[in-house]
Amino acid sequence: MRDKNAETMQKYHNDFLREVEANVEEGDWVHMCMQCGVCAGSCPLGDAWEHSPQKIFMMIRAGKREEVLTSDSMWMCTSCYNCIVRCPRELPITHIMHGLANYAHRLGIAPKMNPTRRFAKLFWNNIVKTGRVNELKLSISLYFMDGFTNGVKTSLEMTGMGLGMLKTGRLDAMGLLRSHGIKDKSGLHKALKKAREIEDARKGLS
Amino acid sequence: MAKEYSFYPGCSSERRASASNYMVSVESMCDTLDIKLNEIPDWNCCGASIGYAEGGELPRHVMNARNMALSEEASPGQDIIATCAACWLGTKETSERLRGSDALMADTNEALKEAGLQVKADQEVRHMVEALIEDLGYDELAKPVTKPLEGIKIAGYVGCQTNRPFGIVGESFENPKYLDKLVETVGAEPVEAYDQKVTCCGGALAFSEPDKSQVLIKKIIESAYDHGAEMIVTPCPVCQLNVEVYQGMINKKYNTKFNIPVMYYSQLMAVAYGSSAKEAGLNGNVVRSKKLEEIAAK
Amino acid sequence: MSDEKKTAAYICKGCGLGDRLDCTELTTIAEKEGKAEIVREHEFLCNADGVAMIQKDIDEGANRIIINACSRRAKTEAFNFENVAMTRANLREGVIWSQPDTDDARETTQEMAADYVRMACAEIKFMSIPEENPEHGSNKRLLVVGGGISGMTSAIEAARAGYEVILVEKTGTLGGMAAQLYKRVPDHEDYADPQDTGVPEMIAEIGADGLITVKLDSTITRTSGAPGQFSVDITKESGVTETENVGAIIQASGFTNYDANNLPHLGYGKSPDVVDQAGLEALARAADGGAIKRPSDGKEVTSVAFIQCAGQRSSKKGELSYCSGHCCNTSIKQAMYFKDANPDVDATIIYTDLRTPGNGEDFYRSAQKKRVIFTKGEVSEVTTSGDELEVKFNDLILNEDTAMNADLVVLATGQVPNSGVNIEAATPVSVDEVEAAAEADESRINTEVDTGTVQEVSVLNLTYRQGKDLPHLRHGFSDSHFICFPYETRRTGIYTTGPVRRPMDIAQAKEDATGAALKAIQAIENSSLGRAAHPRSGDLSYPDFRKENCTQCKRCTVECPFGAIDETEDGYPLFNESRCRRCGTCMGACPVRIISFANYSVDTVGAQLKAVDMPDEFDEKPRMLVLACENDAYPAIDMAGMNGKRYSPYVRIVPVRCLGSVNTIWISDAMNSGYDMVMLMGCKHGDDYQCHFVKGSELANIRMSKIGDTLQTLNLEPERVVDYEVAITDIDRIPQLINDAAEIIENIGMNPFKGF
Repeated sequence: MRDKNAETMQKYHNDFLREVEANVEEGDWVHMCMQCGVCAGSCPLGDAWEHSPQKIFMMIRAGKREEVLTSDSMWMCTSCYNCIVRCPRELPITHIMHGLANYAHRLGIAPKMNPTRRFAKLFWNNIVKTGRVNELKLSISLYFMDGFTNGVKTSLEMTGMGLGMLKTGRLDAMGLLRSHGIKDKSGLHKALKKAREIEDARKGLS
Repeated sequence: MAKEYSFYPGCSSERRASASNYMVSVESMCDTLDIKLNEIPDWNCCGASIGYAEGGELPRHVMNARNMALSEEASPGQDIIATCAACWLGTKETSERLRGSDALMADTNEALKEAGLQVKADQEVRHMVEALIEDLGYDELAKPVTKPLEGIKIAGYVGCQTNRPFGIVGESFENPKYLDKLVETVGAEPVEAYDQKVTCCGGALAFSEPDKSQVLIKKIIESAYDHGAEMIVTPCPVCQLNVEVYQGMINKKYNTKFNIPVMYYSQLMAVAYGSSAKEAGLNGNVVRSKKLEEIAAK
Repeated sequence: MSDEKKTAAYICKGCGLGDRLDCTELTTIAEKEGKAEIVREHEFLCNADGVAMIQKDIDEGANRIIINACSRRAKTEAFNFENVAMTRANLREGVIWSQPDTDDARETTQEMAADYVRMACAEIKFMSIPEENPEHGSNKRLLVVGGGISGMTSAIEAARAGYEVILVEKTGTLGGMAAQLYKRVPDHEDYADPQDTGVPEMIAEIGADGLITVKLDSTITRTSGAPGQFSVDITKESGVTETENVGAIIQASGFTNYDANNLPHLGYGKSPDVVDQAGLEALARAADGGAIKRPSDGKEVTSVAFIQCAGQRSSKKGELSYCSGHCCNTSIKQAMYFKDANPDVDATIIYTDLRTPGNGEDFYRSAQKKRVIFTKGEVSEVTTSGDELEVKFNDLILNEDTAMNADLVVLATGQVPNSGVNIEAATPVSVDEVEAAAEADESRINTEVDTGTVQEVSVLNLTYRQGKDLPHLRHGFSDSHFICFPYETRRTGIYTTGPVRRPMDIAQAKEDATGAALKAIQAIENSSLGRAAHPRSGDLSYPDFRKENCTQCKRCTVECPFGAIDETEDGYPLFNESRCRRCGTCMGACPVRIISFANYSVDTVGAQLKAVDMPDEFDEKPRMLVLACENDAYPAIDMAGMNGKRYSPYVRIVPVRCLGSVNTIWISDAMNSGYDMVMLMGCKHGDDYQCHFVKGSELANIRMSKIGDTLQTLNLEPERVVDYEVAITDIDRIPQLINDAAEIIENIGMNPFKGF
């Protein structure tokens, strides 16, 4: 596999702001940040990340490419949209965080073991396969994400919850076997493949 | 006169999925209110709030655009209604982005062509609560109430995605009142001082970052108790799931004694409109509400 | 006009006065004790019938009028009679609205009302009818000193209002600092791009205006006189002097750029490629829309760094402690010079707090759109490395020391006011202060000026005994209250505007200069009618002094906040009535009590406080005297009444023009009369003063600090005299202060002088 990351760095001569503007979803808003810090104070997982959105934007301007893209701060986004509605400059901060996470992930330099990154990958593969979420399959793959032993442990911890869901008819015990999903799976797959091609071409990732 | 909408139920509403009871109550609520929902044929997942990471930008929009295209074909001229906050948000976001960018519209249609579809993004994408409040109004929603939920103190937990970034018209992001008003409409008592009504429950990160999310969930429940609520009501399946099913784990971890029912607004309405416990999906709650069940049984 | 006094007292029964008070008793008091020739009750005194009744009496010879009704601040249009002396007993706000309507309170409420009637009757005996000051001048021409944006705007606005203007500029051209700019910060929608300065258009308008005379290469070498009658020497560079007479003066002497040579650590003076904002304007004008070239080698600038707050908002010696307000917008504008000519130039603004007042926020956003980079950081040093400059700074967001290279560095330095000689560096505000300083062997007067540039050249060359220029407030800016009375200075008829008053940009200076022109016109008009200027605008009374008793102590000449009193050659005070603001500070200062106004004097207040019916010690009814400044304290007390706030019925309140007018004799009179406490209520003093006469409340405070000794020699507790700073908003606090006083009296006991 080619090293996409190295190639992109070459292309932008370390001008990371321009790279973000070109390749990251809503990235051309980054230069509009006025560094007030309202986003940092509004994030529900404010205690959990190292770099607030405000800092991430400053780091982008300061050309700290490696630090930004390997940060796990973006992966702490719960998509609560608090930062978006409070930003006085109306930056779509949530989307930029998503965009940075996706970009880092696609470049292959996002933190390998970040649970949200891994869950997100599982999730997307789960929905794309049949067109709809299979909650049981998703849960099982999630629990076994860190190997069989951990998976059993997590499963046991979650048993109470799972049983509750089963009892109330909100989890399908037979979900592994039952046929599931949309009818036109192949149409969806073709459309998504095409979309990926277009996007990768636009962002120099193909 | 029946109101008619194109309907996007979303994955969690499916039979034996995590919000199947939401769907049950929505159906009986809509029956009473004479609302006809035309399900989008062969709809797919919206990508949810976590789809961005692997899915990226265009594929995510294509997922939503496929639903929009199918809706435009099947129910032209109707607004699309979603019951799930994430479905609504994802679809509405795609719709707005498509309308705002010819380039994105062209790319999206190029991809959709592979599935033999074309999107115009000419239908409004709305949450069920929006339709109830804006198209019917609180007065109209109060009319069919036959069993007012008298004396029940309910904390309106609005959460994030029905509230931000789009929100319900006329409401503030910091202190939306519509759930309190709906609670009043069905004859119950809103806990207006409830101060965690827009706190995030962790969303999808309840799975991937359970410890961090449970701190948030604990705050949401604790405040409801502190303000004397006997029940929490929410418009969002993820909020409902997270706030309800982690109570046991939080009790174990923090030595709390949480056991508070978390209902959908549609469940309250269905019961107030005279539906049975089953029709209101009350049997679908892990933490059961005895009070609601008693009223439904009357 | 006949000298014979004929007193008429009117007792209003409206607004509940008739129900709450025994008006028959009040009538008897006015007749028997007050000796009023006419006393009439009326159901509704301020209505047309009531006013006509009073007017009829006046027409028939009544010339001393006592209105016993509402506060003197209410119904001023109804009770507005000419050629009479009038006083008003405040029975409504001051009595029935401040006291509870209960049977228990009825007796003390009536006692209050009765005392206020007595006080008014006593006061009127010492009042005469103010007459227009015979010394007034009526020149209506305006002198504007300084031909920059502020001065040009004042001249244009005054001319548009129909007034003749002489515009004096010390350089050879109009336009001032603004003429040196390539472009200015925008003043209209959509606030996105730099725009032309508009200076040539203003110069053309002035040239075409027949009412404006421009004198270039000229300075003011002498200013004397007073509003309506200033005499000014205007001297050309060649030495030729002309004398002109004007009615009012606007000083728009502007600012000087802070001397960046004080900032060697930022590279100024070490590399020609470090410039200040004025230097950058010169480079931009040379480029005229093309690429800006750096001074050292003429290379086109590809990267530029702007350092905000250079030598300002600093606590370092020799640097400015204040924010000059315009510099953030100016740097944004200058960054746009580069971006608009070539978007590929890197323009970085390094700031600690970006301050973009007004529509500057839109301008800031526009710069972000143009991809000017804004970095929150604190610059420590600028060094040269090869042919580039290195800016070392602490990134305040990332919390790390870092550096960037630039072809050119621009220092955003501040504005230093051209306010002339700091006359107060050497002159104390009061005689007491001189004594206190001598005693303590140290002066509390701060002679250190933090402007970095001490200015020695006078702007106005006033012949006033108080000094050549206008007093400064802080940082060398001329004194004016920036909210309550901007433009006003402590020299009546002389107004300051523009950056000499406070730091400001072009848009603010234009608005400011328009306001100053209006104030100057108001002063001219008031003066031509012999009336006072702000804040007693329209007042005809002026200080009268009995020279034969003067001891030449100089208290009045030193303490007058407005420099209205000069000295004659033989050492007597020389009153310039037209410069007087009628605050009465001289009256309060005079130890031999020879200064008075027709309707306000040591006697008018002294008679009031002595007229109160003083209960003896065993009645257990103490009496507190409040001397309340009529500008803020008295309205606040009225508002307390309006809002139903209750306060002790044992208080008697006398309004004074300013605490500066409080003569200490009133305090000893009050103590001798048996008051248990005297409370002075005036405005906040100090650097952020709210005193409408600038120094009045401060002087009162200094005087009162001395009264403790006097009290002790009388064996009286110092707590019996207190001095409070109050604001017009203190409607809860003032009743509390009054009620607290009642408690203090309970603790220290009644005044032993009662009944003597």
